[in-house]
Amino acid sequence: MKYIYADNAATTKMSEKALEVQIDCMHKHYGNPSSLHSVGQDAKIVLEDARAVMAKYLNANPGEIYFTSGGSEADNQAIISAATFGERKGKKHIISSKFEHHAVLHTLYKLERQGFEVTYLDVYENGMVRPQDVADAIREDTALVTIMYANNEIGTIQPIKEIGAICREKKVVFHTDAVQAAGHLHIDVEADNIDMLSISAHKFHGPKGVGALYCKKGIPLYNLIEGGAQEKGKRAGTEDIPAIAAMAAAFEEVHQNMDENMVKVAAMRDHLISGLKEIEHSALNGDETHRLPGTVNFCFEGIEGESLLLFLDDRGIAASSGSACTSGSLDPSHVLLAIGRIHDVAHGSLRLSITEENTMEEMDYIVQSVKEVVSYLRSFSPVWEDLMKGKREFIL
Amino acid sequence: MLYSEKVMDHLRNPRNVGEIEDADGIGEVGNAKCGDIMKMYLKIDAGIITDVKFKTFGCGSAIATSSIATEMIKGKSVVEALELTNKSVVEALDGLPSYKIHCSVLAEEAVKAAVKDYYDKNGISYNPKLFSALETSCCHEEGEC
Repeated sequence: MKYIYADNAATTKMSEKALEVQIDCMHKHYGNPSSLHSVGQDAKIVLEDARAVMAKYLNANPGEIYFTSGGSEADNQAIISAATFGERKGKKHIISSKFEHHAVLHTLYKLERQGFEVTYLDVYENGMVRPQDVADAIREDTALVTIMYANNEIGTIQPIKEIGAICREKKVVFHTDAVQAAGHLHIDVEADNIDMLSISAHKFHGPKGVGALYCKKGIPLYNLIEGGAQEKGKRAGTEDIPAIAAMAAAFEEVHQNMDENMVKVAAMRDHLISGLKEIEHSALNGDETHRLPGTVNFCFEGIEGESLLLFLDDRGIAASSGSACTSGSLDPSHVLLAIGRIHDVAHGSLRLSITEENTMEEMDYIVQSVKEVVSYLRSFSPVWEDLMKGKREFIL
Repeated sequence: MLYSEKVMDHLRNPRNVGEIEDADGIGEVGNAKCGDIMKMYLKIDAGIITDVKFKTFGCGSAIATSSIATEMIKGKSVVEALELTNKSVVEALDGLPSYKIHCSVLAEEAVKAAVKDYYDKNGISYNPKLFSALETSCCHEEGEC
């Protein structure tokens, strides 16, 4: 049986090109870029070439790119930096949204325990932050605005440019977690008025364990890891040159094919959406138009997401869910709760995230499979029984 | 693999799925807010469970624990069915991940709730302590899930 991978928002398969670059680099460029000898300096060239590639596709300067262990570290460092330097000026207020990734939210919770005040903006039913809400929330003591570029669960793309413009005007540092957007959308840090931006390589066919933080010149960074002068003294530790080179290769590759792939992937996504909408008492989560090309998230009433995933896996489909049961916690996805889905239906969610490697035929198979599994699970769901008998009211 | 082969088998081929129209005892536990509800139907003849069916809204382990619980009590007396523990359900499934143990608790409670319903409907007296656990099963307040 052919296996259909539709969980690319979790991670992607490395591209052949990235894999080739990584292995080649391991063979040939094994030096430590901090070494003065030619083996080290050879690795240094690879490192700086990679930095230039990352900068090019973000419209940044190479000096503004800092390599990290991934998106989570980049998020942590950006937020802690803005908080640390803000606090020195007496600014202890941060603005974010209710549906950020936990790399952002948990860092903010930590800062709250240290005396910071955080405003978590509403994302409304369509899963979109409203720029006016950002403007209204900014205060004299606001040290940072951190709003994700695109949501990892429902795929909604935020009005980053408008939010950035507001922050620029009010002279507040603006960070965006672009882990889901980078490599899938054209990002221009200048045009979008972004001060700091987090990236993770494995979301765009690069390797795991590597990412980058863009930090605009003049915005100070605070070290999370001490111990060396790497990354201009802002991130100690010998650089993972093969992974960094592979990330840059993957980033370049996705940008070279981006326009073409966006059209292809969005067409498959829309096909999925229209097919899944045919399932009665279901709903698309998040705004239908302001959405990543490859992300679809639905709630199906009367069923639970984990069992749906297991049955789809049996049919050769890899997907994910925001149900509590898939996370090991009591509550369903904070993202689905933030857009107003109540617990009962948030448990029955399904996220499908596709790339250019998927096909239209696969979309048809996914739609057919989801229809069958949802119908099967409903056939012995006491919740569905109550809904059908009118003992419980339909929400969707 | 998250689940044992036994759990996957009961998930893929759940035993005794459905409902009994003229059930002698029906028990429903859990709630949709927590993400799992189990409903157990018993047909009882002279104190023996002659048939049992279930309906479950929930995760893979919720379906598997319901399924195996029905197998474990079918053909047994109601007194024996009341002795079914969540631990024995977990053992019969060759284990469950720690955060899924509450599913086995729900299975035990679904059986107890169905027997209690049978007792209540037939005016059979019982020690209320037998069913004291049923009053407290909500995942949002209880530590067990």
